[in-house]
Amino acid sequence: MRPKLELLDPPLIERILEEAFHLINDPGVRVAPYVIELLQSAGVTVKDGVAHIPEALARRLLDLAPRGFRLYGRSGNPAVSYGSDQVHFDPGSSCLNILDPQTQQARPALAADLVRLVQVAEMLPQFAAQSTAMVCNDVPPEIGDWYRLLLVLWYSEKPVITGAFSASSLHTLLELLALESGGADKLREHPRAVFDVCPSPPLNWSEFASQNLVDLARAGVPAEIVSMPLAGATAPVTLAGSIVQHAAECISGIAIHQLAQPGAPIVWGGAPAIFDMRTGKTPMGAIETAMLDIGCAQVGKYLGLPTHTYMVAGDGRVIDAQTEMESGISAVLGALAGINMISGAGMLDFLACHSIEKLVIDAEAIASAQRLIEGIEPRTDSLAVAMFAQTGLSGDFLKLKETRALFRKEQHFPSAVIDRGLPAMDGASPDVLERARQRVEELLASYERRSLPADREEEIIAFALREGGKAGLEGLPGIRGLEYAKEPGLI
Amino acid sequence: MPDDTFSAMRQSIIDGAPDTASSLAQQAVASGLAPLDAINQGYVPGMHDVGEQFAKGQMFLPDMMASAEAMRAAMAVLDPELKKLGTQRTMAGVVVLGTTKGDIHEIGKILVGTLLTAHGFQVHDLGVDVPGEKFAAKAREVGADIVGVSALLTTTMRNQKGVVEAIERSGLRSQVKIMVGGAPVTRRWAEEIGADGYAKDAMTAVDLARDLMQQKVQNAG
Repeated sequence: MRPKLELLDPPLIERILEEAFHLINDPGVRVAPYVIELLQSAGVTVKDGVAHIPEALARRLLDLAPRGFRLYGRSGNPAVSYGSDQVHFDPGSSCLNILDPQTQQARPALAADLVRLVQVAEMLPQFAAQSTAMVCNDVPPEIGDWYRLLLVLWYSEKPVITGAFSASSLHTLLELLALESGGADKLREHPRAVFDVCPSPPLNWSEFASQNLVDLARAGVPAEIVSMPLAGATAPVTLAGSIVQHAAECISGIAIHQLAQPGAPIVWGGAPAIFDMRTGKTPMGAIETAMLDIGCAQVGKYLGLPTHTYMVAGDGRVIDAQTEMESGISAVLGALAGINMISGAGMLDFLACHSIEKLVIDAEAIASAQRLIEGIEPRTDSLAVAMFAQTGLSGDFLKLKETRALFRKEQHFPSAVIDRGLPAMDGASPDVLERARQRVEELLASYERRSLPADREEEIIAFALREGGKAGLEGLPGIRGLEYAKEPGLI
Repeated sequence: MPDDTFSAMRQSIIDGAPDTASSLAQQAVASGLAPLDAINQGYVPGMHDVGEQFAKGQMFLPDMMASAEAMRAAMAVLDPELKKLGTQRTMAGVVVLGTTKGDIHEIGKILVGTLLTAHGFQVHDLGVDVPGEKFAAKAREVGADIVGVSALLTTTMRNQKGVVEAIERSGLRSQVKIMVGGAPVTRRWAEEIGADGYAKDAMTAVDLARDLMQQKVQNAG
C-alpha cells in the first residue's frame, strides 16, 4: 500500500472548484493585451483588461490539457514523469545569494557557485531534475536567465526546471535548448526542460506571464504554472480561500495556454505561502504553508493534472535545527501528497539564499521521504512464521538468507551526512555542517562532465559568446577557464 | 479638554476603529478643541502605542493596518481644520514611497508606509510601477526628506538604480536620502547603486528612516 496524505475531502474540493470557476468569471482575471484577442476569439468577454471566463469553456479547455508528460535527459531517455502520483524533487530556483561554504555567511551567488551546485545535484539520485538554481551575479542581469540555463545544460544531463525573466528572453532560452537538443523539433518531441510561469496574485496574468504561456504552448515546451497566493496578504487569509485563488489562477492560466495550443503540456503548480502577520515574511517552512502546498496540489490531482509545488525549504538564516526540521518535515509531507515535482531543496531564509551544504542534507531527508512512500511490502510469502521456523526462539535472524537477501530493500542507507554511529575518520566527530561539507567535496571530486557532441558544443559556445557579447559579457564565467577552480576566493 | 477625550482618541487608534476615530475628531472640532492638540495628545500617542506593541510582537499586521485606517479617518476630519488655521503638524520626516517601474508588488511597501506613518512620518505613496522621474517629481513637490524604493523581483530590482539616477538628474540628491528594500535587495546592492540605506523588513525600515533623518540634520548642521 502506497501511503498517502490528503487534506481535502471530495465535497470540499468541489466547493473549491465551484468558487474558482466563479472567480475566473466574476470578478474575472486581469490579462495582458497579448492574449485578449485569443480569449475573445473563444467567446470570452474582456473588458478593461479583465477577462471573464465562463465555466463551461474553462472546463472544456482543462479537459484538453494532457494528464501527464515526460521530461527527458540529455541522452533522450525519459527521466521525469509528470502525472498521477509520481514524486520527483529538484533544487530550488533563481536564488540571488548563496551561503558561502567557508564562512556560512550569505553573499551574492556567482557562476562558479551554480556550477558547483549543478555538479553536486547531478551526483545525487534524489534529484530527478536540476533547476536553474541561482542567478549569477557576475554576469549582466539582462542575460541572467539564459546564462543560468547554459551552465546547467553544460554540466548536467538531467532534465531542468527553469524559467525566463522576460517575455523576449524566453526565445533566447528556447533557442539555447533547441541547440542542445539538436533542433526545435527534437526539443518539442523530447523536452528537456519545463518553464515556470508565474501569475501575479491575485488573478493577474501580466504581459510577461501571458506571453510566456502562449509562446511555450506554441513551442511545445512544457509550462509549469507557479501560482503564489500569500494567505492574508495577496489572497484570502483562510487556507481554503487561498486554495480557491490558486485554483482560479491555475485554471485561467491553463485556459489561455490551451487556447494557444490545445494539448500542450502544462503543470498545475505553485509556491503558495502564509503571510506572517508579525513580520510580513512568507515562511516556506511553516506547517500552514505545507498545508497550502498539499491542498493546492490535491485540487490539481482531482482534476487529473500534473502537479508541482515548492517545499523542502527552511527559513533559518543558517543551516541549523530549525532550517532542517522545516525542510525535512515538508519533504516527507510533499512525498506523501504524491506531488509530481517538488522544488525548493537547498534553499533557506525565506527563499533568499541557497546552500550546497543544505542541498546534500536535504537530499537525505528526501531519500527518507522516498523510502517512506515505498511503504511496507510483504516481500515474503510468510511474513514472519517461516523465518521463526528457522530460528526458533534463538533470535538469530542475522544469519538468515532472507535477511541478507532483503535488508537492502527494506533499509535505506544514508550517506555519512547522517550520523548512524559509523566510526568517525581519525577519531573526529564532525558536526552535520562539517559532514555536509565533506559530502559536497566528495561529490564534486567524483563528478565528471560528459561532453556534448563536439559540433553541438561549438554551436552552444558560439551562441553564448554572441548573446553574452551583446550584453558586454567578457568570456563565459563558469565555463571558459573554469575560474572557480583557479581562484579559491570565489568558492 | 478632559483627558478622557484624548484617551478615547488614543484608544480608537489602538482598537483600529475608524468610525470612532472620525466621530471623536468631529466632536473635538465642534467643541472647539485645537486640532493640533487632538492629533498630538490623542491620535499620535495611539499610533505610538501601536508601533511599540507591534515591535514587541503583541500586535499584528492586520491590527496595524486597521490602526492606520483609523488614523486616516481622524486626519480626514482634522487636516482641513489645520489648513483653515494655517498650522502644520511636526513630522518626523517626509517620505515618498513607491514600487519601482515594471513591478506591481506592493505589500512590503504598504507595510513600510504604515509603520512609518505610525512613527510620525508623513508618507506619500506613489503606488506601483513607478518610473524614476515620478519619484523625483513627487520628492520636489512635497519637499521629501527620504525616497523609499521597493522591488520584489530580481528583474525589477535594477530599476531602483534608475530612481537614484533620476533623483540625481533632478538636482535633489543632496537634499534627499534614498532607501531601498524588497526581497532580492541586499546591502551590497544598495551600496552599488548609490542608495543611502537598505532595510530588510518594514520594522528596520523605520529605524533606517530615523537614522537617515539624523544624518540629514547632522549634514545640515
